[in-house]
Amino acid sequence: MTAATPARGPGPVPTPAGAAAGARSVLVVGAGPAGLAAARAARERGASVVLLDASDATGGQYWRHLPDSRPSANERVLHHGWSTYRSLHEELERDPGCETVLGAQVWAIERADAPGTAAPVAVHVLVGPPDGSRRVGRTFRPDALVLAIGAHDRTLPFPGWDLPGVFTAGAAQAFAKGERVALGERVVVAGAGPFLLPVAASVAATGAKVLGVYEAGRVKGLVRGWLPKPWQLIGAAKKGGELAGYVGTHLRHRIPYVTGRAVIAAHGTDRVEAVTIASVDADWAPIPGTERRVETDSVCVSHGFTPRLELPIAAGCDLTADRFVRVDEGQQTSVPGVYAAGEITGIGGVDAALAEGEIAGHVASGGSARDTDLAEAIGARRTFTGFAARIEAAHGIRRGWTGWLEDDTIVCRCEEVPYGRLRETREATCGSGLRSMKLTTRAGLGICQGRVCGRTVEELLGGAASDPAASAPAASAPAASGPAASVTTDRRPIASPLRIGELAAGPDLTRSSTTSNVQKGHP
Amino acid sequence: MAARIVPAKRDPIRPAPANPIVISIDGDPVAGIEGQTIAGVVLASGRLAWRRTSVDGRPRGLFCGIGVCFDCIVTVNGERDVRACQRRAGDGDVVSSQHDELPEAAR
Ligand SMILES: Cc1cc2nc3c(=O)[nH]c(=O)nc-3n(C[C@H](O)[C@H](O)[C@H](O)COP(=O)(O)OP(=O)(O)OC[C@H]3O[C@@H](n4cnc5c(N)ncnc54)[C@H](O)[C@@H]3O)c2cc1C
Ligand code: FES
Repeated sequence: MTAATPARGPGPVPTPAGAAAGARSVLVVGAGPAGLAAARAARERGASVVLLDASDATGGQYWRHLPDSRPSANERVLHHGWSTYRSLHEELERDPGCETVLGAQVWAIERADAPGTAAPVAVHVLVGPPDGSRRVGRTFRPDALVLAIGAHDRTLPFPGWDLPGVFTAGAAQAFAKGERVALGERVVVAGAGPFLLPVAASVAATGAKVLGVYEAGRVKGLVRGWLPKPWQLIGAAKKGGELAGYVGTHLRHRIPYVTGRAVIAAHGTDRVEAVTIASVDADWAPIPGTERRVETDSVCVSHGFTPRLELPIAAGCDLTADRFVRVDEGQQTSVPGVYAAGEITGIGGVDAALAEGEIAGHVASGGSARDTDLAEAIGARRTFTGFAARIEAAHGIRRGWTGWLEDDTIVCRCEEVPYGRLRETREATCGSGLRSMKLTTRAGLGICQGRVCGRTVEELLGGAASDPAASAPAASAPAASGPAASVTTDRRPIASPLRIGELAAGPDLTRSSTTSNVQKGHP
Repeated sequence: MAARIVPAKRDPIRPAPANPIVISIDGDPVAGIEGQTIAGVVLASGRLAWRRTSVDGRPRGLFCGIGVCFDCIVTVNGERDVRACQRRAGDGDVVSSQHDELPEAAR
């Protein structure tokens, strides 16, 4: 980790020693596949690059690995494309023109609205141990910003999902890869989407028993559901190959992969002891009489991904109808000088993230999307066009899931708001607007800032559950309260909790925010 | 029936030997290895929950594992609200679990 030097106040990105004086400065946020590829492409064009990540290692979610204090000799068996990661990482590490700052949490982005300002945004960062009280503030005003901050799991609530022993699938993956910790011995993996497969494979590779992978989508066989047109499988050859690898691993471990099934309840008093698994119809509504109880000590559930949108929204970037960051052919957002790549622009997997990152870094440092050196990346990106739509078609959340909620099922984990209260509020106020209903119920207003339940609360309060268009994929049908409300849910002017002392020392964001999410803390 | 660390000897990725560390959790010493997060150390010690919620006093531990949900927050060396899944454990860290009563007015 680079020693952090406080650099408050105006000024460009401090030029790393190895970049030519006067070079264009490019700030890349996120050192996952997309951010690493962006940093390298920008360096290839001679830009002076700063690469930031909140984590203390590069690699992002995909290439999460054991820490440097415990390197492993054979890390590659857990990853696809490990050599790609190593060469990106090593190249940037030896490059004096790229300053990598780890443990660097971007907590706010301010738009440079002042006419005539060269830098598109000011990026505020705290560097130091996660949630530490002695982190050092830095502010960057780069010529161009590349946002490559990825996504996190979306898990729908079900009775008992707040019991210890129920995790997101991403948690199982992160702890299997990043710490070699198995979260249980008899593991149920459930939810929806192709991501469940690598999760089950990693869990199995810790030596735990995966009792089954329960996919809610009623896809008949992977390939058909995944890719309605079989020739598209050839187009997305790498993804297909990877998937074949996972299925192979599953067969070797004899892990059942069952579709049209969902975990509709978890049972236990102080920890999970069993789950109820039921068949669900095409709309994901549980089918009565199909319930089956399975004893388990660890339940890993994900129903898809939510892109991290607070920073792009703070920067002023437009979103697409399905709520990813809108980009043009050069990965530029609607804000000139601000680029986006990877999972925040659409769910496409690691190869799409790498291609988009390369394009973003190249164009952010002054190149054009038409340049011949980008041809390969543009081709690779094209391969994944429509990939997110295909995943959505096969695995997207369907309205019927609310059928497994009970009135006392916690929906907002932070504020412990049960479903019944949301339902009653909606009925009593006839849907008086998302914001006021959230204030009444407190749903989505806790310390996680609605990251876990925000979209769910929106759908439940928006009346979507009783929508006549019931079979429409939930994610692509905006809640009844409309796009303005959805922006509210994804909007978090302070992207990460701060301590009062850190806020006092920081820039004044009160114009654009409330400070209600500032942590109680000791400065 | 609990979380556990994969024994290095049987791990196909062949991790290098790691330095042992000891942290305390609510006064109990717990052994871990350097590089683990606080959540990793606590989980591998067999404990699945380390926080009580404010409203219902329900147990919570790890949920998202990647710093998003804040279910896992603990007090570390006197610093409150530290995400246990994000903070690496340091030898001698004093960790205590949190149970925040609701303020009177909010009850
Ligand atoms: C827990 C988890 C595990 C996953 N595992 C797999 C897998 O095994 N296989 C698979 O195909 N897909 C997996 N995915 C999907 C995965 O997101 C993509 O395949 C791929 O990692 C996307 O790359 P990316 O570069 O867009 O984002 P990411 O890899 O998510 O990288 C984003 C980076 O940005 C950093 N960041 C975010 N916000 C900030 C901030 N405010 N300040 C500073 N830094 C920030 C993060 O620390 C992270 O390192 C996983 C997703 C999750 C959430
Ligand atoms: S488990 Fe979600 S923040 Fe730590």
